[in-house]
Amino acid sequence: MDFPGDLKYSKEHEWVRLEGDVAVIGITEFAQDELGDIVYVEQPKVGDTVSQNEQFGVVESVKTVSDLYSPVSGEVVEVNDEVSSSPELINKEPYGTGWIIKVKTSDAAELANLLSADDYKSMVGQ
Amino acid sequence: MTQAQNVLEKTPLVEVHKRLGAKLIEFGGWLMPVQYSSIIEEHKAVRNAAGLFDLSHMGEIEVSGPQALEFLQYATTNDVSKLEVGQAHYTFMLYPDGGIVDDLIIYRQADRYLLVVNASNAQKDLLWLQETHTLKGSDISVRDRSWATALISIQGPKALEILKPHVDVDLDEIAYYHFTQGKVNGVAGLIARTGYTGEDGFELFVPRAQAEKTWDLLMEAGKDQGLVPVGLGARDTLRLEAKMALYGNDIDGSTNPLDAGLGWAVKLDKPMDFCGKRALLPVKQNGPKRKLVGFEVKDRGIARHGYPVAKDGQMVGKVTSGAPSPTLGKNIGLAYVPIESSAIGTELEVIIRDKAFKIEVVKTPFYTRPGKAKKAPAAKEAAAPAKEPKEAKDKEKK
Repeated sequence: MDFPGDLKYSKEHEWVRLEGDVAVIGITEFAQDELGDIVYVEQPKVGDTVSQNEQFGVVESVKTVSDLYSPVSGEVVEVNDEVSSSPELINKEPYGTGWIIKVKTSDAAELANLLSADDYKSMVGQ
Repeated sequence: MTQAQNVLEKTPLVEVHKRLGAKLIEFGGWLMPVQYSSIIEEHKAVRNAAGLFDLSHMGEIEVSGPQALEFLQYATTNDVSKLEVGQAHYTFMLYPDGGIVDDLIIYRQADRYLLVVNASNAQKDLLWLQETHTLKGSDISVRDRSWATALISIQGPKALEILKPHVDVDLDEIAYYHFTQGKVNGVAGLIARTGYTGEDGFELFVPRAQAEKTWDLLMEAGKDQGLVPVGLGARDTLRLEAKMALYGNDIDGSTNPLDAGLGWAVKLDKPMDFCGKRALLPVKQNGPKRKLVGFEVKDRGIARHGYPVAKDGQMVGKVTSGAPSPTLGKNIGLAYVPIESSAIGTELEVIIRDKAFKIEVVKTPFYTRPGKAKKAPAAKEAAAPAKEPKEAKDKEKK
């Protein structure tokens, strides 16, 4: 199972890739594997604001519903329409084409609350 | 969950499931595979080729003795006197108020009846049977064979072809809802043409110690024809497409078989009284006030068990089962709704996370396998025919 070292991770199984002050957010390979076939994603709209550790959306697999929690605070600047029409991208490429939203971060200090790849990996027992 | 896993029952195939990469979950007190590769892939394999299921968690109860028939006529709703040796039927055990203790299949053997019940209800059912039997004072014996019996099911259009070379009986001679004693690769057991997927298939009851051998041989025998192991996740979506009820979701102690549209397994006119009959008579006479209907979600949204159903903003019912249908590519479900909102084509709403999504009542089963003739509605109330009875309404148990 893959845990890219350049990403930050939340305890709720989201990952963050920083591109300047924009955070690209998705769910981890471990999370998609636990969920199984993902068939539906509910995303916020561009312009919405999200807060760290607060719910911003939902992913549903065949069997379960799972809330998405934002790993950072800020304004949604882009949503991935591809995963809305093809949710299975989250299963196929959780760290690539399966990204979910991009957020312009409002508080860089918050990133310190997130986990490194190694810490996340040990948290999920891998 | 970690704590609970210590006390979970394990089927004889649990190590096999681990070897096959299954994700294991708690179900009905058992540690069971929910999926091996993907629920959608496993589902499609059963519709297009074949799937192998470990159902060893199901409860098996044997009832025998001079008054076994008389007792089962009282304890269950279908007419047991109509069963020939080698025949099976779907039936219910009811509480006196008409609520469902369990749904089950009774297999009539030469000297006993085999009751196959839901895993999560097996202990409750045993107690209920014993209490009922004590009250009636019948001369019978009730034996729990659940732990000793492994149940392996092979389902799908290729099931017969895969199984055929490995059994010592003629599978074509076994009609739907019939069974025979036979050997699978030399292992003696019962071979039944029953299932819970909407496909043709067979269920094999073999001794616990022979389960692994039987499973491995069948997996090997079927791999070139596309046989895959299938977990409980796909089992649920398969049975939902075929509109087969799941105890704990669609039916339970607070629902009765008539509301659930399963009155064909309740013989109110059989010669003997049965437990729950008095409560069902007025429901039959006046017609049920609510009905279990199938629906499609018209907007994008997945209805799940327990979600409210509304009509013009008023709550009128509840979803009992719901999932994306891998075969139809639509989101489908079952719900109890008032009889006046149950007609096909009725538009209702399901409330998903505080938002209303349009649903439409549709004809069920959602899926009927190709080549399987639909029965005329008039056949529903007829006495159980000897061969090929109403498949979509019969079922094997989860």
